[in-house]
Amino acid sequence: MSRCATRKIARFGVALLVAGGLSACGNQQDYHHSVYMLVDTSGTYSEQVGKAQNVVNYLLGTLQPGDSLAVARVKSRSFSEKDIVAKVALDTDPMQVTAQKKAFAEKINQFAKSTGSANGSRYTDISGGVIQGAEFLRETGAGRKTIIIFSDMQEELDYKTVRDFPIKLDGIRIIALNVTKLETDNIDPRRYIDRLDWWEQRALAAGASEWKVVNDMEHLDRVFSTRG
Amino acid sequence: MSFTQAILIWPERPALSFLVLFVIAVPFLYVARDPVHALIGKLVRTVTNPLRLIARWLSGCALRMRERNREVLFSLGSNEMRLSIEREFERVTTLVQRDLEGYPALQRKLMDEIAVIEEDYRKSGEVPPPPPEWVKAVEGFAKIKNNGDGVVERILADIRDSIEDIYKKIVAEYRGAYQERHHILKRSLPFWRTANQTLLRVERNITGLHDSAAKIDANVIKLQGIFGKSNKTENVLTSSASTQFFISALVMLIAAGGAYVNYKLISLPMSAMVGGGDYITANLRAAEVAALVIILFEALMGLFLMETLRFTSLFPLGNITEKMRGYLMWASLIILVVLAGVEVALAVMRDAIVAADVALKQSLGGGEAAVAAEAGWVTRIPTFGQMILGFTLPFALAFVAIPLEYLINSGRVVLGVLLVQLLRGAAFVTRLFANLVREAGKLATGFYDILIFVPLAIERWVKRSREQNPGAGKVRPVPTFEKQAAGR
Repeated sequence: MSRCATRKIARFGVALLVAGGLSACGNQQDYHHSVYMLVDTSGTYSEQVGKAQNVVNYLLGTLQPGDSLAVARVKSRSFSEKDIVAKVALDTDPMQVTAQKKAFAEKINQFAKSTGSANGSRYTDISGGVIQGAEFLRETGAGRKTIIIFSDMQEELDYKTVRDFPIKLDGIRIIALNVTKLETDNIDPRRYIDRLDWWEQRALAAGASEWKVVNDMEHLDRVFSTRG
Repeated sequence: MSFTQAILIWPERPALSFLVLFVIAVPFLYVARDPVHALIGKLVRTVTNPLRLIARWLSGCALRMRERNREVLFSLGSNEMRLSIEREFERVTTLVQRDLEGYPALQRKLMDEIAVIEEDYRKSGEVPPPPPEWVKAVEGFAKIKNNGDGVVERILADIRDSIEDIYKKIVAEYRGAYQERHHILKRSLPFWRTANQTLLRVERNITGLHDSAAKIDANVIKLQGIFGKSNKTENVLTSSASTQFFISALVMLIAAGGAYVNYKLISLPMSAMVGGGDYITANLRAAEVAALVIILFEALMGLFLMETLRFTSLFPLGNITEKMRGYLMWASLIILVVLAGVEVALAVMRDAIVAADVALKQSLGGGEAAVAAEAGWVTRIPTFGQMILGFTLPFALAFVAIPLEYLINSGRVVLGVLLVQLLRGAAFVTRLFANLVREAGKLATGFYDILIFVPLAIERWVKRSREQNPGAGKVRPVPTFEKQAAGR
């Protein structure tokens, strides 16, 4: 008997048996997880894209059926759907999920190769990327929403780009990942601390549920170990 | 200014102030002694009386509970004994129906065999050769004297030769007859063996009957003890129930381990059935609940199966017909087989999902995807193992019904005993507390008297002096005439 036929028979039998049991347990709250990852491709930070690929692979291993993931680049102006490198809403069938994850990993691999060989953008529009990410996450309707900013968090905008207005990040968790220290930070560490403080205040003021800075990739386990 | 400061006469000398206040208070305390004692007594009684009431109620409850437990224990024990006796009687009935019902045929067979053996024995009996007539002739010839007559000598020689020939012939016939008898005996050997086996079978049946009768006797004696409701029987039954409780709990624990393995086996592939993205709570997926439901269904079908097969008696199925019981049994068995089949399918699916997941993680980890191993039977062993487990575990789970019944029955007794002990303990503690309160009341009364020991000492002294001089202190009555004289 083919696998498909076996699955169909099993699906029918199980559906009959568990229908009654599950009918009383209506899922009112959405426990899915949506992650939007921003990868800084500006200046010298574009060299870190290999690390970003590892993080994406880790996320692919962590996310469960029904979850969503999108990876977008941060460049001079990032508030655009065109900057989304890859996105996926994982299916509920585990076999299908595996195929989706493989395809996603392949896209990210191509992105990493193309970014590694190209020059970084001149400016860094993190805010635009965050606004775009918040929109994407709201559309998914997931119960838990996370924006991962893989950047040094040094925003640099050209004179035409306007980002100094209040943004809305209600219920979204913001994680700044691999926030490297700049040359100027080494001269005066207060710049680094002040920069992170500014971002934290901005995120929390925008309604973010949580702000976290993770520089050690090993700590990602703690961040993504629990659901809900 | 605090209250203490306010009542002090000399705030800078508190000790002296307290002493003076105490001295002032002592007469009042003395006067209030009886009402204060009565108040303390009433307070003590207010606390102790309800406590004693509660203790008595708890003791009564414990007693009633113990009586109830005894009734349940004896009821369970007698039920078990009755079932045991019924089973022995069923065994005896089967034995009688199977073996002793065919006893006349057996006896006939035995008699036939014995007749054949007797016949053979008779045939094999040694038949002495009939005395030849020529013996007398020989005796006659023997009387003839050999006087050298040639004719006589020739006649005698002829006779000798004839006798030798005849002797040889007779010996040959005699040996032939013996050989024939040996053959007959040899032929009857299987009949002897058959007869022996038949007799052994009869002996075995009789021994089996004897054993069953002995068991029935023993159980009847036990049943008599249960009906007698003696303390010894109660202790034996309680001990037996406790042992059963712990053993069945252990078996249930093992069964829970099996159920957990089963759950782990089907929870992952179940996500492909009911959707891996549905959640009941943050950490509980619908697939996991579905797997649990499947396992519970299997256990339920097992319960029904055991019930309809009369291994257990958890449900009141006494009012349904045997036909209905049969239908129920087949329905339970079919559903159980279907569920086992579903588990086999899930096991195959689980293997596929795990393989795909491993391949994905390897590729995500930067390594090359695992080279597809040769698809030999060795690589399929885990799959076969999972399939076999998936098929057998539901049936193994079905047997949980038996220890579950024992756990429930013995648990009722064990929990009842524990509850009785708990009630008795609570009654003891309540009574102890009531006694402590009563003693505390006495202590408070004594302490009050210590505070006013001076007026009490004076009182005792006055009483003693009155007892020594009964007239002293009494007002002497004035005579009437003296009153009149004084009035004048």
